Amino acid sequence: MANGVGTGKVTVPGVVLGGLLAIFVVISTWLFITDRYWFTELSSEHGASLDGVFIAVLIVTGIAFVATQGLLAYFVTRYGANGDEKASYWHDNPKAEMILIGGTALTLTILVFYGQLVWYDIYFTDPPEDSMVVEVTGQQFQWVFRYPGIDGEFGERNISLVSPTNFIGLDRNGAGADDIVALGQMHAVLNQPVTVLLRSTDVIHNFHVPHLRVKQDAVPGLTIENHFVATIAGEYEIACAELCGANHYRMKAALTIDETEAEFDQWMEEQLPFQ
Amino acid sequence: MTTHEEHAHPQLGFVRKYIFSTDHKIIGVQYIITAMSMAVVGGILSMLMRLQLGWPSAPSPTLEGIFPTGFAGGIMAPEFYLSLVTMHGTIMVFFLFTAVLTGGFGNFLIPLQIGARDMAFPFLNALSYWTFLLSCITILGALFVEGGAPLGGWTAYAPLSALPEMGPGQGDGMTLWIVAIALFTASGLMGGLNYVTTLLTMRTKGMSMMRLPLTQWALFITAILGTLAFPVLLAAGILLTFDRIGGTSFFVPAGLYTASGVAVEHSGGHPLLWQHLFWFFGHPEVYIVLLPAMGIASDILSTFARKPIFSYRMMVYSMSAIAFLSFIVWGHHMFLSGMNPILGSLFTVTTLLIAIPSAVKTFNWIGTLWGARIQFTVPMLFAVGFVSTFISGGLSGVFLGTSASDIALHDTYFVVGHFHLVMAVAPLFAAFAGIYFWFPKMFGRMMNMTVGKVHFWISFIGVNCVFFPMHAMGVVGHLRRIYDPTQYLFLEPVYGMNQFISIAAFILGGAQILFIGNFFASIWLGPKAGKNPWNATTLEWTVPSPPGHGNFGPELPVVERWAFDYGLPGAKEDFVMQTEAPSRVESGSG
Amino acid sequence: MPTITQEVTTVPIPDRPDVLDGFGPPARPPVDAGGGDEGRSPGQGPAFPVSKGRLALWLVLTVVAMLFAGFSSAYIVLRAVPAWENVALPGSLWANTFVLLGSSVTMEWTRRRMAQGNTASAKKWMAATTALGMAFLGGQILAWNQLVNAGIYLTSTLHSSFLYILTGVHALHLVGGIGALTAITVQIFKNRYSASRHEPVTLCATYWHFMDGLWVYLFLLLALA
Ligand code: HEA
Ligand code: HEA
Ligand code: CUA
Ligand SMILES: [Cu+2]
Repeated sequence: MANGVGTGKVTVPGVVLGGLLAIFVVISTWLFITDRYWFTELSSEHGASLDGVFIAVLIVTGIAFVATQGLLAYFVTRYGANGDEKASYWHDNPKAEMILIGGTALTLTILVFYGQLVWYDIYFTDPPEDSMVVEVTGQQFQWVFRYPGIDGEFGERNISLVSPTNFIGLDRNGAGADDIVALGQMHAVLNQPVTVLLRSTDVIHNFHVPHLRVKQDAVPGLTIENHFVATIAGEYEIACAELCGANHYRMKAALTIDETEAEFDQWMEEQLPFQ
Repeated sequence: MTTHEEHAHPQLGFVRKYIFSTDHKIIGVQYIITAMSMAVVGGILSMLMRLQLGWPSAPSPTLEGIFPTGFAGGIMAPEFYLSLVTMHGTIMVFFLFTAVLTGGFGNFLIPLQIGARDMAFPFLNALSYWTFLLSCITILGALFVEGGAPLGGWTAYAPLSALPEMGPGQGDGMTLWIVAIALFTASGLMGGLNYVTTLLTMRTKGMSMMRLPLTQWALFITAILGTLAFPVLLAAGILLTFDRIGGTSFFVPAGLYTASGVAVEHSGGHPLLWQHLFWFFGHPEVYIVLLPAMGIASDILSTFARKPIFSYRMMVYSMSAIAFLSFIVWGHHMFLSGMNPILGSLFTVTTLLIAIPSAVKTFNWIGTLWGARIQFTVPMLFAVGFVSTFISGGLSGVFLGTSASDIALHDTYFVVGHFHLVMAVAPLFAAFAGIYFWFPKMFGRMMNMTVGKVHFWISFIGVNCVFFPMHAMGVVGHLRRIYDPTQYLFLEPVYGMNQFISIAAFILGGAQILFIGNFFASIWLGPKAGKNPWNATTLEWTVPSPPGHGNFGPELPVVERWAFDYGLPGAKEDFVMQTEAPSRVESGSG
Repeated sequence: MPTITQEVTTVPIPDRPDVLDGFGPPARPPVDAGGGDEGRSPGQGPAFPVSKGRLALWLVLTVVAMLFAGFSSAYIVLRAVPAWENVALPGSLWANTFVLLGSSVTMEWTRRRMAQGNTASAKKWMAATTALGMAFLGGQILAWNQLVNAGIYLTSTLHSSFLYILTGVHALHLVGGIGALTAITVQIFKNRYSASRHEPVTLCATYWHFMDGLWVYLFLLLALA
């Protein structure tokens, strides 16, 4: 009988399985690259580099995906059982393995460095001095936005002051007198840096603006800073991306990026602080 | 399990033998059947979820009949949806996979494959099963208590989980959840203790560690993982319980505003602490699910490739490496939690490190098929399915592991797609492969292979239709754990996809009925199986199917070689049992 | 098949060092020691160097260690939050610590005497150990009392919460330990052990020393808060 010298056979189940894998590889790859299912329209400065990282990972994993699934498909098609023919008896090849491990390690190292460079200039660059500061408070199940007002200073907050009209327990005496509090609506100005201070009064929420590639948890007891610069004016959806209770799914808010300072100031006027 | 009748033991009554048995084989089967029933529950829950996601808030009076509160007014309530999600995740991760892979296959296979008569501590073994059963009942109980099951997800993030006022289901339901998990942990620890002791001290003569089948290595490493990871979850659970009922503030910061006013009695706690403790356990847990699957798939691949596994040693080393690394990657679930971004970078590095041993395994599986003579039996089909889905899911993990790209993908369906492929589907396929493969050894009969093939083809196509598109949805931005995606305009492009996935999911779920039917029918009706229906080499195939009490008869087998001598040149057959002495093989009388 | 079962199950049950086997079903097949050789020629190769009971004990201790590792890391993380507030440890904890250390010493003496086959004095020290162990538990309850009297409750501060929970969970482990101690004391007085067969004593000693060390660690953790 043959000892691995035989040819093997192309079997029906082998072909079906291999074929399925092939079809699946093609469709999957399409799903990942078609702009039908691409990110929402990019509207922030830092967003570009994030999408860049995604594409880099996509290329690396894409190659790995096609290569591995492809080989799998090929082998199952090619090496079906053939009578009592024996498979080729080999089970080690340190050299090949070291090459493959080395290759993977190298690719991943490059990936890590590229990804971390982007990660760093998102999390380790301070916002410019002139950036507008907005305090964003998540609570079951709404977003409350607070602007410091004319004095440019946020007033004190005291949880015991929370009431149906005073969502975040703002103390109207002192610096808080002119703070502007808006429920479910946030405004910012085109191409101007914005710093958001994320807080929560109950459970963990997540301040998520898909178009701006902004996503950051709002954790009770902490104040987490995040900043962005919007590059396209318009209305954007703000979502809560962290499970926070029954109505998590409709904890929404609207973000308006105004063309000009004027429009923004006008909106501010409308939000007269309630006494 | 009345099928064992033909092996009546004069000394033992039926109850002793098949219900309160301490025989590892019976306990294994008990685990498998219990886990299977839990899987059915978890599967049904997911079908309900898909119903809601595909056709949000579609009125359905029938379901109102079944769940008067959950479907009050004929429409699913948001909190009910979330409790479905929580229970689905919890049941599937713990009560299906951890149970079926370690509890089921572990108990059944360890003594049989290492040449022992039973576990080191049979009574402890039985105890572990009954504790597990108790935990199953407890978790199901959460569905029926006042307020319903918890809605905080299987990760039970504090403070949502720490304060009952934070939502329906966070009261009694959440308490039951914690109790169930604690019981499950205890059961898992008893099991692990048994596995490690048995594997180290009870291997038969000649069965050196490096001659173990990979399944055994996987189970060994998994047991150690569990021993190190479960206690931490237990500790976290204890602290959480004290926060809930003792009024302490480990996870609850000062001045939280709840439905019933300000939670004044709490101060000083830290919500992220829960996440750190949970994920320190949680990430090893996902490998506790995956490793046994890897082991089973490796052995079955080699068996039906009729070719030795490629690079046995690297397989063992990579599994150990994965196990070790899994303890230092937990932060990759917390990139956006407000955790120090420096840590974020460190965790990215460790996370992607894990891709290397995983890559090794992938390459070795593919290498095993190179030049093979593949027999496309049902177990083999599922094993190949395992490799394919593991690659898909694993690679999507790399997007998440890179902290920068996780910003867009965190808490979207990209994550859901990732972990279903790699944790739901891959281990499920390995489990199926294992069941089809060892069923004859369990019940002395074969399963119906035609039905099995149909089951595979539908499942394989099904899972790829259900879970792969989820990545695309995630890229578009579809958030997870949301009751009604149509709330968001930016998700408009994927409304249709949701329906497609739901339909595929129903077909997939339906296909599982084939499996369950096949399983139970074959126990009684399947064609009788011989000692070694698959021409496999490991010890369990040297004894009758099913093996009698004590497995091996008067003499324990003596192991002469590793478990992968398929297609050995010079041998008479294309497989050589582990018990064959070299001399006998040369003379060709294998 | 039945024939084999007959043969197997009629083999007498081997003497069982560990408590759990006792509860097994009436007739179990023998459980041979294994330990594969390096795979050259079968039949040789020593069985695994450590006994089942001892290995199992080590695993149990690993679990306990990880449990408290979990608590400790929580402690260390919360230690850093601004709201952290220390409470004064009840003085009796010091006394208890010495009692427990003492019990460890007597336990060790018991083990040594046992190994020398000096059952007579082993009995004395074993009884002493059990007594000291119970004394420690009593002392802990006293300590809790002192805390309550000082108006320090579970929820007073994070530090007090940990104080109660860590001592409590440790005490639970000791209750188990004392159960074993009492059981073994009874056995010793029934002269069940000999210089050659007294594994339960050595295992118990290991567990007890571990609990002792664990307490010292916890005490330092809480004291150096
Ligand atoms: C069995 C379970 C399992 C397994 C094996 C994995 C494997 C991996 N997982 Fe996954 N993961 C989960 C189960 C699992 N995961 C679960 C349940 C969640 C969600 C929890 C929740 O929030 O509910 C999750 C979530 C999750 C997150 C958090 C996402 C978020 O919430 O934002 C991250 C981030 O890093 C991650 C990463 C990874 C990585 C890098 C791997 C790697 O180990 C994958 C390695 C494998 C490969 C890479 C493929 C094979 C290799 C090759 C083909 C070679 C070529 C490859 C390259 C050159 C890159 N996973
Ligand atoms: C690990 C196991 C596992 C498995 C098998 C599944 C199976 C499925 N899951 Fe799920 N899922 C999770 C683990 C799993 N899931 C987790 C951890 C979450 C996160 C929860 C959270 O967010 O907190 C989740 C969440 C989750 C979501 C996201 C919900 C949300 O975020 O809003 C969705 C949505 O479609 C979903 C769908 C499905 C579907 C359609 C299946 C289908 O595959 C179901 C078809 C039925 C089966 C596959 C069962 C078949 C098995 C048997 C019949 C017996 C098997 C017996 C043996 C092998 C012995 N799951
Ligand atoms: Cu707030 Cu989700
Ligand atoms: Cu993880």
